[in-house]
Amino acid sequence: MTQQDNQKQSAPVASPPGENADSDLVFDADRPLTLDSGDTLPAIRLAYRTYGKLNADRSNAVLVCHALTGDQHVASTNPLTGKPGWWSLMVGPGRPIDTDRYFIICPNVLGGCMGSTGPTSINPHTDKPWGLNLPVITIHDMVNAQAMLIDHLGIDQLFAVAGGSMGGMQVLQWAASYPERVFAAIPIATGSRHSSQNIAFHEVGRQAVMADPDWCGGDYLGHGKSPRKGLAVARMAAHITYLSDDALHRKFGRALQDRTRLTFGFDADFQIESYLRHQGLTFVDRFDANSYLYMTRAMDYFDLAADYDRNLADAFKDTKTRFCCVSFTSDWLFPTSENRTIVHAMTAAGAAVSFVEIETDHGHDSFLLDLAELFETVGGFVNSAARLKGLS
Amino acid sequence: MSTNENTASVRTMAADPERVDLHVVSGFVQPGAKVLDVGCGDGTLLAMLQDEKQVEARGIEIAQARVNNCVARGLSVIQGDADNDLAVYPENAFDFAILSQTIQATRNPRIVLESLLRIGRKAIVSIPNFGHWRIRSQLTTGGRMPVNENLPYSWYDTPNIHFCTIRDFTELVAAVDATVERSVTLYGRKGHLPQSTPLAIRNLIGNQAVFLLSGGKA
Repeated sequence: MTQQDNQKQSAPVASPPGENADSDLVFDADRPLTLDSGDTLPAIRLAYRTYGKLNADRSNAVLVCHALTGDQHVASTNPLTGKPGWWSLMVGPGRPIDTDRYFIICPNVLGGCMGSTGPTSINPHTDKPWGLNLPVITIHDMVNAQAMLIDHLGIDQLFAVAGGSMGGMQVLQWAASYPERVFAAIPIATGSRHSSQNIAFHEVGRQAVMADPDWCGGDYLGHGKSPRKGLAVARMAAHITYLSDDALHRKFGRALQDRTRLTFGFDADFQIESYLRHQGLTFVDRFDANSYLYMTRAMDYFDLAADYDRNLADAFKDTKTRFCCVSFTSDWLFPTSENRTIVHAMTAAGAAVSFVEIETDHGHDSFLLDLAELFETVGGFVNSAARLKGLS
Repeated sequence: MSTNENTASVRTMAADPERVDLHVVSGFVQPGAKVLDVGCGDGTLLAMLQDEKQVEARGIEIAQARVNNCVARGLSVIQGDADNDLAVYPENAFDFAILSQTIQATRNPRIVLESLLRIGRKAIVSIPNFGHWRIRSQLTTGGRMPVNENLPYSWYDTPNIHFCTIRDFTELVAAVDATVERSVTLYGRKGHLPQSTPLAIRNLIGNQAVFLLSGGKA
């Protein structure tokens, strides 16, 4: 599998997109993609955004991989929510991943719901949405699809690949599958495999979606419905795992919502309940329920060592990629121990790896937040890597 | 100040503000070698070795801010410590495994020394000398644990939990079946005593010593 990945495929080279293209770009692959499941997708599409300018020798490209419910709008206003891009603190002019210096590419992952091939896109065999007929997508499949996009853009080697959480899994998979195409890699708050507890939380979310009668066995689009309640509950449960007990306590404590006393009922008495309900409700406006099933499954299936006879170090054998790994003290979804396992494997493989554990009580979501230590770490690493690669 | 920060500052605070020992360490390292600096602080030694000896540099440092300094300098450094993070390195992963002025702050100096000798073909260890005459006199005449500009910590908050003398360390080297290939004892502000100087003298007037070690493979 790995060898096949490494073979550079010939593809027509696209002219680089213009600077700060203010709308989605679309890549339609000119060849089928064989998936880990053994199925083949005859035609795949990736919706993506780019920021900054590709230099003449195409050596300043940075691929940003998004997390479970992220999208291609890493540094530009999200058209669905009107909010700033999900990593606009990290990616932008003068930011650690500087759009004035680098050409940033962020695709919506395969299986996503923001324009890339996923359960809501049309199955060419039936002319109806794929729904649950879409084969299960893995992190490896997502990365292979991204590699086709990078081929299409005429980029041999990415200067850097960066991402947190599920994005970090893609970064690790990139480094393992295409080592010579990744100069520097920044996996943040992630793991080399999804833990049993993490699979358990995902299963709760999936069961919530599937228990909603409006899910219609997965064919809610065909029935003109949407399992909003189920998906909202899934999001509420998942959202708790992105925070920490300390952060929740600091933000909400036991404070009551718009009332002075308990109602002795089941309204949202507490602010935390109101907050979670809001998180659930706003999420369903921007995310597809089946895509949520596929995304969570992709993370559950991720186990990088499994492809290397359970020896994770072999995933990074002889790599020349430089790594910068980051974890957060209060992240219990991808705790420091999981990140350190990756660091130790890279270390054992002799890789050039840096690792920082940042102290914060913001939990897993820390990688998305305004944390000076995070920006110093990533910025310092990116700058030094740019010097090594001779990028001015 | 947390314990971690204490431990992190050992290297700049323990013995020698000018870090004369770093030049001695550098003198032991062959050009182009693969080097691990355990407790690398802000990366001063690694950067020096990279510039002067073109080494392939790796580091371990306990304090996040110092790791950031290293990363910003282009060094590959992981946040960790000598007691917990040496086990993952394969045998002879490095030409030189360096532990400079840190062994006295480790929980288990013997295991740390054995690990260094396992993962490095050679180990370079520098120690502050607790056998220095001034320290001895502070203890014997004052009856108190020494506190001075080189040892600024009170006994109850010091990160230096395993101080030793040059003689003590030499015995530990023998106990782990390692050999002292070279050693330099530093005295006064910038004086060097060669290995041929009698141990009793080195142990009395040296404020620190740097050892190049080999062998000791378990």
